[in-house]
Amino acid sequence: MSMAVISDWSGPNQERARRLLDSYPEKRSAVMPLLYLASLEHGYLDAPGMTQVAELTGLTSAQVQSVASFYTMYKRDHVGKYLVSVCTSISCFLMGADDVLAAIEEESTSPDGSTSADGTFSVEHVECIGACGGAPAVQVNYELIEGVTPEKGAGLCKWLRDAAPAVVLADEMQELFGSIRSFDWGSKEADGAVAPVPAFGPYGSAAKDGKS
Amino acid sequence: MSFPLILTERMTQHPSDSHLIQRYESTGGYSVMRKALGSLQPADVIEQVKTANIQGRGGAAFPAGIKWGFLAPAEPRYLVVNGDESEPGTFKDRQLLERDPHQLVEGVILSSFALGVNHAFIYIRGEYPKPARRVQQAVEAAYEKGYLGQNILGSGFDLDVTVHLGGGAYICGEETALLNSLEGRRGEPRLKPPFPAVEGLYAKPTIVNNVETISNIPWILENGGAAFAAIGDENSVGTRMFSLSGHLKKPGNVEVPMGLTWRELIYEVGGGIRDDRELKCWVPGGASAPWFVPEHLDTKVTKDDVAQAGSMLGSGAVIVMDETTNVVAAAHRIVKFFAHESCGQCTPCREGTTWLERILWRLLNGAGRPSDIDLLLDVCDGISPGLAWPPKMTTICPLGPSAVSPITSIMTHFRDEVEAMIADSQEVANA
Repeated sequence: MSMAVISDWSGPNQERARRLLDSYPEKRSAVMPLLYLASLEHGYLDAPGMTQVAELTGLTSAQVQSVASFYTMYKRDHVGKYLVSVCTSISCFLMGADDVLAAIEEESTSPDGSTSADGTFSVEHVECIGACGGAPAVQVNYELIEGVTPEKGAGLCKWLRDAAPAVVLADEMQELFGSIRSFDWGSKEADGAVAPVPAFGPYGSAAKDGKS
Repeated sequence: MSFPLILTERMTQHPSDSHLIQRYESTGGYSVMRKALGSLQPADVIEQVKTANIQGRGGAAFPAGIKWGFLAPAEPRYLVVNGDESEPGTFKDRQLLERDPHQLVEGVILSSFALGVNHAFIYIRGEYPKPARRVQQAVEAAYEKGYLGQNILGSGFDLDVTVHLGGGAYICGEETALLNSLEGRRGEPRLKPPFPAVEGLYAKPTIVNNVETISNIPWILENGGAAFAAIGDENSVGTRMFSLSGHLKKPGNVEVPMGLTWRELIYEVGGGIRDDRELKCWVPGGASAPWFVPEHLDTKVTKDDVAQAGSMLGSGAVIVMDETTNVVAAAHRIVKFFAHESCGQCTPCREGTTWLERILWRLLNGAGRPSDIDLLLDVCDGISPGLAWPPKMTTICPLGPSAVSPITSIMTHFRDEVEAMIADSQEVANA
């Protein structure tokens, strides 16, 4: 299989793709992480990205689309610079999440499920994100803030718009806009690896590669 | 209440660096792995885990040692750690992944050695980038030290570990859906049998264990299975992570021995109800579980006691609601979750959860009809015949019946509130 199909990807991400394909007994298993890489490279998961992943893994484009469409985190349309995800599942709901969502929708001028006209924000309500002890919880590009109030949620959007951070760090946002936490977070992350395409966890940091 | 903190001792004592290998090793970490690989046989490790009698911590509470015993002899075999924690109310694995990832990695090495596994996978939900980073860093540190890879510490035992990130689908916490996802497929559950221990990942024998279960393994090997079995209650042993949320004064994760009463867990450990209000009800084991009401406060927090009282301990998520809670709205929110997360394979679940959500929404928005109670129960019956607990299944996996739990709960305990809501709707409609 040739890596030429992803010649438009950055060097580090081509290398990551190579490593990912080697990480599994069957290369089909690399579909999900490769879809994140394709999203990172193209800004969202577009059709060419899915075709590239299909060629890397020996699947058809239709098979890859079938996988991509199953999971909510593969965004197959343009996403704002900051994806603001507000948990509205039961524990956050009990602690006032609907009001937090309303405040964020208003301040960001992005109704739930939409992207703001200037492309700064995408806002979505999401199901449980595992922060119930620090409800209500919000994520920006999947980096977590716990204990968010409507006022803090609006403040978060103002800050994102005005300060326009190139990368968002959970520790920083938590200090500025969070309160109660599900548990002691311990020390700050030494290199809070953060990517504009979320959930990039083990596959490296866009910040480190200077992509942001 | 005197008991050892099995899982959270290190992160409690060393909050700033419990996730780093230096701290892990300076507090005794990886020593039992050296001992096991140097002088124990795989059967010795399995024997200790069986003696410990640890019930799986993911939700089903199946004894891990017995599950291990089902592993078929064919090769290769795989170990998959289920870190797709997504049950509403549950956030315990997030803490274990983030704050003590080496405890998990050592558990993976010991378990793989016991099971004859040379490639293990840690599947972490996509919305957990920080836990995934921490685990990835731990895995890399373990490789650097020679604790992973070829011929670990000269023992002849090889093990590779791959960290895999999910894509935002609750259903992948179901073990066969997780395996499909790990194979690069849609996360749709498989019919069982065959069970994963016989045909799992790539149709090879596979053990799937929860993060908390595997995180207990180093302590069990260090201290012996009997020491573990001596903690807690006779029918549910060890300590357990509970995720407390909702209207509590002290929400958050706690590690406590099994066998407390709900009164102790809610009023002592959880600090009681916010603003000293009255307790209305609580969800005892994650969103799938039927609710408890104050008459259950003196029930013991064990698998069997909770089952006898008509619910389940599930994922250890306790969601507390005070007297001000609109229980129809709360039930709706839980049903909405399952409607969203249904994978769509089975008609009773795909259609049923969606209709339940819509009917509850109608009730909440002043358009309830007198026939809606029977209609809700009828749809529930179509998903879970007879509304029995534990549910009779019409579906491949338990997701569909999980959406029935909140509805039977409000009909059993708060039917007057549902009826009053419908009566209000009728008054408005007839005005």
